[in-house]
Amino acid sequence: MSSDVDAGGPPKAARRRVLELLVGSGVAASLVSVLYPILKFLLPPRTGELDADAVAARADELAPNSAKIFRFGNRPGILIRQADGSYRALSAVCTHLNCTVQYRTGEHDIWCACHNGVYDLQGRNVSGPPPRPLEEFQVHVRGKEIVVSRGSRA
Amino acid sequence: MDAKHSPAARIRGWLEERFGKGGLDWLTHKQVPRHRHTLWYYLGGMTLFLFIVQVVTGILLLLYYRPSPGEAFESVQFIMTKVRFGWLVRGIHAWSANLLIFTAMLHMFSAFFLKAYRKPRELTWVTGCILLLLFFGFGFSGYLLPWNTLAFFATKVGTQMMAAVPVIGTWLLTFLRGGEDVTGSTLTRFFGFHVAVFPALTTVVVATHLFLVQKFGMSVPPSVERAHPDGKVPSYSFIPNFLLRDLMGWYFALGVLAALAALFPWDLGVKADPFAATPAGIRPEWYFLFLFQTLKVIPGRVLGIEGEQVGLLVFGLAGALWLMVPFLDRNPHGRTGRLLAWAGVGAVLYIVAMSVWAWRG
Repeated sequence: MSSDVDAGGPPKAARRRVLELLVGSGVAASLVSVLYPILKFLLPPRTGELDADAVAARADELAPNSAKIFRFGNRPGILIRQADGSYRALSAVCTHLNCTVQYRTGEHDIWCACHNGVYDLQGRNVSGPPPRPLEEFQVHVRGKEIVVSRGSRA
Repeated sequence: MDAKHSPAARIRGWLEERFGKGGLDWLTHKQVPRHRHTLWYYLGGMTLFLFIVQVVTGILLLLYYRPSPGEAFESVQFIMTKVRFGWLVRGIHAWSANLLIFTAMLHMFSAFFLKAYRKPRELTWVTGCILLLLFFGFGFSGYLLPWNTLAFFATKVGTQMMAAVPVIGTWLLTFLRGGEDVTGSTLTRFFGFHVAVFPALTTVVVATHLFLVQKFGMSVPPSVERAHPDGKVPSYSFIPNFLLRDLMGWYFALGVLAALAALFPWDLGVKADPFAATPAGIRPEWYFLFLFQTLKVIPGRVLGIEGEQVGLLVFGLAGALWLMVPFLDRNPHGRTGRLLAWAGVGAVLYIVAMSVWAWRG
């Protein structure tokens, strides 16, 4: 109707809204196409061989009632030779705030120096702040090497 | 809604209370002269945009790059092959660097031929020249960072030229290389120049340059001034008329950059081996080609002086003269003004001819 055109307002405003929508969505799409690659770039690609086996020690390296930290993928693990001569391997990353734990020969436990967290030799969090037990790995004696792997059946 | 209480008006009011009334007026009142040479006004903004792209992509590359001879090449390789969109970020950084130098040079020559350096804009010219030198520094130092054969030997040649500088040549060479030869020390030094020293200097000089442009506004070329003896050159507002056109240009440039990076990926080359023979085809980036070619064709000895020294002397004098142009050209219609304009034409022809010669030879 001609009164619409004469009044000027509504059709013009509607046209303007359509144009604004088109330009706005174009600008938004462009922004997304710039920001998306940047956000993807910021996060590093996964590296490291987290699931690979690791040689933790030589068979004659550890005396009973001693332990060593070994490299397991990108993180430290702890290999403990108990007083009876058997081996245990656990993640050495404290479940509290990621410090690296150590074996205490006197107490026969695993201790985290940062906030006095204590685990038993099964990795169970016994006292202090740690919220969860340490992850346990499987130990295989292969000839002269002690090989540690992530327990797939666990 | 009452315009006085709209969110925009309230934000404006808040800012005015802090910056002082009218403190932001220059932003909205700025006018851009409109005439047949207006197109050249966009080159400075375009260079600024490409510089911003360099800052952003440069910071991104810093997340993964490692400046040591054992890791530099591998880390760039990692960026190109493993990091998501790493090839794009590095490609844009490299392409944008080249386009930036190109637009900066166009910007400079357009300012030169339109005589935009006249009083009171002498310092705008000088800061602009310093910026171009800084960009050359960025280009030269950044070229080495991937630690590939081409860059390694180009850096050897480029820094060796410094040895020809009288008196302080040896000192300069050792300072640049971090030793007598191009080694890992050179790489860490160039990295430091590239990501710390030059960015800091450039920030200050760019800020000064932009401040001066804001303060004096766009220069009106002499020919346009003559066509409007009453001094009333048509103009439009910087915001939004000029800025929106600027943004359109930037948007287009971003598209061009992405297309170049995708269609013509920047080569990584072969890892540098200091104990391998220099392969054929070692040459600097295109913007150094005219220097490179000149030094190549100068005879070993000229009038009893070493050829390299003659080359450096001539380029040094030409550069100093170029920097002093606003102070020499007091009257654009006078004899010196015309002479300088022709010298500029000569300089452009020389640079183009020498670059083409080097490119084909």
